[in-house]
Amino acid sequence: MIPTQALFGQLLIGLINGAFYAMLSLGLSVIFGLLNIINFAHGAQYMMGAFVAYFALQWAGLGYWPSLLIAPVVVGLFGVVLERTMLKRLYHLDHLYGLLLTFGVALVVQGLFRNEFGSSGLPYAAPPQLTGGYNLGFMFLPTYRGWVVVCSLVVCLTTWYVIERTRLGAYLRAATENPTLVQAFGINVPRMITLTYGFGVGLAALAGVLAAPIYQVNPLMGADLIIVVFAVVVIGGLGSIMGSIVTGFGLGVVEGFTKVFYPEASNTVIFVIMALVLLVRPTGLFGRTT
Amino acid sequence: MSVTAKPAVAAPPARVATGPALATHQVAAFVVMVALLVSAPFFVYPVFLMKALCFALFACAFNLLLGYVGLLSFGHAAFLGSAGYASAHAAKVWGWPPELAILFGTVMAGALGIVIGALTIRSRGIYFANITLAFAQMIFFFSLQAKFTGGEDGIQAVPRGTLLGVLDLRHTYTMYFVVLAVFLLGFLVVYRAIHSPFGQVLKAIRENEPRATSLGYQPEHYKLIAFVLSATLSGTAGATKAIVFQLASLTDVHWTMSGEVVLMTLLGGMGTVFGPVAGAFLVISLEHYLAQLGSWLTIVQGCIFIVCVLTFRRGVVGELGRLLGKPL
Repeated sequence: MIPTQALFGQLLIGLINGAFYAMLSLGLSVIFGLLNIINFAHGAQYMMGAFVAYFALQWAGLGYWPSLLIAPVVVGLFGVVLERTMLKRLYHLDHLYGLLLTFGVALVVQGLFRNEFGSSGLPYAAPPQLTGGYNLGFMFLPTYRGWVVVCSLVVCLTTWYVIERTRLGAYLRAATENPTLVQAFGINVPRMITLTYGFGVGLAALAGVLAAPIYQVNPLMGADLIIVVFAVVVIGGLGSIMGSIVTGFGLGVVEGFTKVFYPEASNTVIFVIMALVLLVRPTGLFGRTT
Repeated sequence: MSVTAKPAVAAPPARVATGPALATHQVAAFVVMVALLVSAPFFVYPVFLMKALCFALFACAFNLLLGYVGLLSFGHAAFLGSAGYASAHAAKVWGWPPELAILFGTVMAGALGIVIGALTIRSRGIYFANITLAFAQMIFFFSLQAKFTGGEDGIQAVPRGTLLGVLDLRHTYTMYFVVLAVFLLGFLVVYRAIHSPFGQVLKAIRENEPRATSLGYQPEHYKLIAFVLSATLSGTAGATKAIVFQLASLTDVHWTMSGEVVLMTLLGGMGTVFGPVAGAFLVISLEHYLAQLGSWLTIVQGCIFIVCVLTFRRGVVGELGRLLGKPL
């Protein structure tokens, strides 16, 4: 018999992981939808977000709350520069070149940070407002962890709302379908592409800041995570916004439960699910059938 | 290379069926390559050369898929690594002679290739890259947790043994020429495959899949055969590598290894016959000389990726071939 305490504990860990899967796969999906590029540098950009928060605290004394804004903006700008100087040149080529380029960028960024900070984690404290926790009777809920789940949900759903329900989102979806036609209607598609990439990268950086107090700040924190997120994106269906949110949280929880019932499989369960989903639906659970 | 998947409707045109004649400049390049490789161990550290040769075979097998079918697999480390484990286990625990151990590793990689290939071959482009990567991660975690792989330690002190009961592989030079023979055999298999009618169909699928389908070919069959062949030869490379270095470890199944073989092929020139060999030698030399500098190696590798993708997409051999006006 599995004690309820452990069950809820793992459920919470699953939700936390799911929160990060959802935010990261959402960014990947938004980028893929418009740019048709799988952003292999996403893990590195997530790590950069955490480091920007760390630097802000060390150099400027700016704490957690300002970092939630600063990190996405700074890393997003990095993304904008990357798109303007490099990715832009690859749009007329096979999409695989975009993957290879961002893979190279990830190697360079992670290598540089590792050179400077080694492979061990740097501690980053949660803000005083979010320390402590609540006793819910059946389990203990640390405030910060609850905050991460709520924050991720809000960010994901807002993004979904903007893309699916607003005018700006309509432009974006139209440009995904047919960029030439949208440009002909007088919308600056190249600028939209640049900003979309910046936004997706900013989401990764925001996830990085949220992760910093939980997982510490580590140059390789995104390196292996991104591979799992790729699997999540494939299960949800590349380019599907709601798909990445739902599968992100769902798979986090599934992974958490696997840790309780069959710990040996906890690392592979997501990949096994991916294989099964692909057998039934090659475009993923929520993917468009093309 | 026989065509197992027969075109269902139309017979292929005669020109495609016979394939082009042996190009003299490629024969010349092959002779130069063999001459260099035969004389090299007397000037360069042989163990380094053996490592480069194993990776050259790995890259050639990978190039069969990327360069000639246009499929980017980001999980080829699974085949290299699992074949390494299989042959190391056979040689050490079961006491098999090296030729059988290598054969066993090769067959295991081929079997794995059939399973993964059957599941992934319907997807294309970025999907294919992502899905192969995920399968390779499954293999990685399996290798990390399974009993026989030795986890973080790997399988160490694998005996090199005696080849066919005659050649004692503990001698470095004997080992070198065996590795060279394995490499050349694999290289010629790839060469034959891409210059056969089968290879012509692969290129047709790469260029225009709907048209190949309309001519009566079944692209998925051809792609699957190419995938399995590529996996099998990657397995040969991994199995040989495990015998040479007497070690099978997690490094060979990790996804960074999959990235490395992409780098070799890209740098050398994808879709060229000699490119992957040149790329493998360049990347392995780079690793050799930058080994002391720690993560600078990753940075340099990343920069090579960026430069290759932005300005140098033909790769070293591809550019050379363009200058000479002949495909190498």
